[in-house]
Amino acid sequence: MPKQSPVPTELDQPFYDACNEDRLVVQHCGPCNRFQFPPRMMCARCGNPGLTWRQVSGRGRIKSRVVVYDSPVSTLVPEQPFNVATIALDEEPDVIMLSHLPGVPVDQVPIGAAVEVIFETTPATGQKVPEWRLAGS
Amino acid sequence: MAHPIAPNSWHRNREGLGIWEGRGKVVATGVGTSPTARRWDERPETSLGALTIIAIRKAIEDAGISPDEIDGIVLTPESTTGVSNDPMSPAPEGFDQVFKMVDFPQAGITRGDIDWILLNMPELKNVEFKMNGPVCMSVALTTAAEAVSRGLTKTCLVVRGWHNLAGRYYVGQGAAALNTSSGPGKYGGIWGMPACATTAMIFEEYCNKYGKSHEMMAPFVVEERRNGLMNPDGFYTQHRPEMITVDDYLSGRWIAKPANIYDNDLPIQAALAVIFTTPELAAHHAQKPVYILNHAQTRPELQGVTPTLAEWEASSDKMGRMLYEGAGIGPEDLSFEQMYDGFTLFHQFHLEGLRFASRGEKRGYALDLYQTDISIEGPNPVSPSGGNSGNGRTRWWHHRDCILQLQGRSPSQIKRKAEYGVSGAHMPNFCDALIWGAGPD
Ligand SMILES: [Zn+2]
Repeated sequence: MPKQSPVPTELDQPFYDACNEDRLVVQHCGPCNRFQFPPRMMCARCGNPGLTWRQVSGRGRIKSRVVVYDSPVSTLVPEQPFNVATIALDEEPDVIMLSHLPGVPVDQVPIGAAVEVIFETTPATGQKVPEWRLAGS
Repeated sequence: MAHPIAPNSWHRNREGLGIWEGRGKVVATGVGTSPTARRWDERPETSLGALTIIAIRKAIEDAGISPDEIDGIVLTPESTTGVSNDPMSPAPEGFDQVFKMVDFPQAGITRGDIDWILLNMPELKNVEFKMNGPVCMSVALTTAAEAVSRGLTKTCLVVRGWHNLAGRYYVGQGAAALNTSSGPGKYGGIWGMPACATTAMIFEEYCNKYGKSHEMMAPFVVEERRNGLMNPDGFYTQHRPEMITVDDYLSGRWIAKPANIYDNDLPIQAALAVIFTTPELAAHHAQKPVYILNHAQTRPELQGVTPTLAEWEASSDKMGRMLYEGAGIGPEDLSFEQMYDGFTLFHQFHLEGLRFASRGEKRGYALDLYQTDISIEGPNPVSPSGGNSGNGRTRWWHHRDCILQLQGRSPSQIKRKAEYGVSGAHMPNFCDALIWGAGPD
């Protein structure tokens, strides 16, 4: 899918650098023992600014799904209709990421199914982003 | 000039606050609604500003008072949720010959502005209290309720207008047209979900959890259009007076399945003004006073790239508890509910948070309720105004109709006695809502 290329900033550079190395890292707050995404300057729960980046397993579950027929994003309009699913990470089910679930036909996204992370290259800059596929597929 | 917004302490955003100190001390009387249009045709006399002036004059006339009596105004400056002009974009030719201009040219075109209104409405010569209620008319209403209850204004206009320019509202506009993404959109926006998709995603999760389906929404959406078509001020009554059927709904074009075109509200041009005052002063107003018994606010906590069903349920449950605590009533007292419906697929989260028409159920019952009599003639009127879905996007039809229902003069008047109502907007975890009463208790 020809996604827009995300432009990293100082805050999220470690996340995007890791993506380019096919690793998924997520901000972690030690005092709360809690992951958070999207990246923030501090823990959204306790305000701790000393967050670390931790590599996670890259496993999750499909929480919900939609099929997009009318996207605002110009680069994706030719791909319509396409799936978008919410993925809850195994390490922290409150951390949600989005996915186009490449390879899964429209309308056939299995809610609750196990998924694993892959990394997709975005065309404009070559920056990789996390994507997800059905586990074992 | 930028005007202040309410300090955070005015917003009732936690439990345990007890009965609202302003309960029964603030009333709504006059209501004024402008004509509607699908889009702005770039004539000064149909601009957002012109519609706002029409609405304000109608509200004052409806209340049967003199413009001299207005001493306050609370306004929502934002007048779209879509992509719009930069505030400094020049006004179309001729605009400045019809209206006096303030320090930015889009005032009265794509931005509401208190100074612009006062400059162009010389009859409002005693306005001392000026405050903005940002983002949503719900915030303007709760802000004005606090201002009147605190004695900061005695007779206050509450105002919000909407504009809709030519062209598409979101698609291929601004950042969405680029091949790179900066800002928070890069964490989720690059997956290309339209505005309704977040709601559709959580609706799908809801259906999966409770064994419901999108088809079960049909009676609600059809009933909303029926109610809206009773409203002479609504967009559909004025411009597309055709009823929709269950089949129309079920065959509607998908936007983000399970959200179709009927689950999305239609952007329009329109303005509303309402008059808030004290019960004492309302004695000489032409309309029966409607009492504000409480208001409350929720905002997202720890939200990730997209909200979740659990967050929406927790937040709307909290809203229900806060509203009832401060108003001293319970769900069984409500004569009707008018929570927000734009998008239709999140209406049930608000409704269930309030436990409206619950027979002991807590969650997962609203779509079953939609299969029963939810009409204005029945025992459980759901969205009797028809909301955004039945009237066009304003986020205020439901507030307006709470006042009209409790005054007994709604164009879609419920058959049962109207004693207590509730209205609020917009998202289930980002909401400002009010309890309204026909009397002070
Ligand atoms: Zn923390």
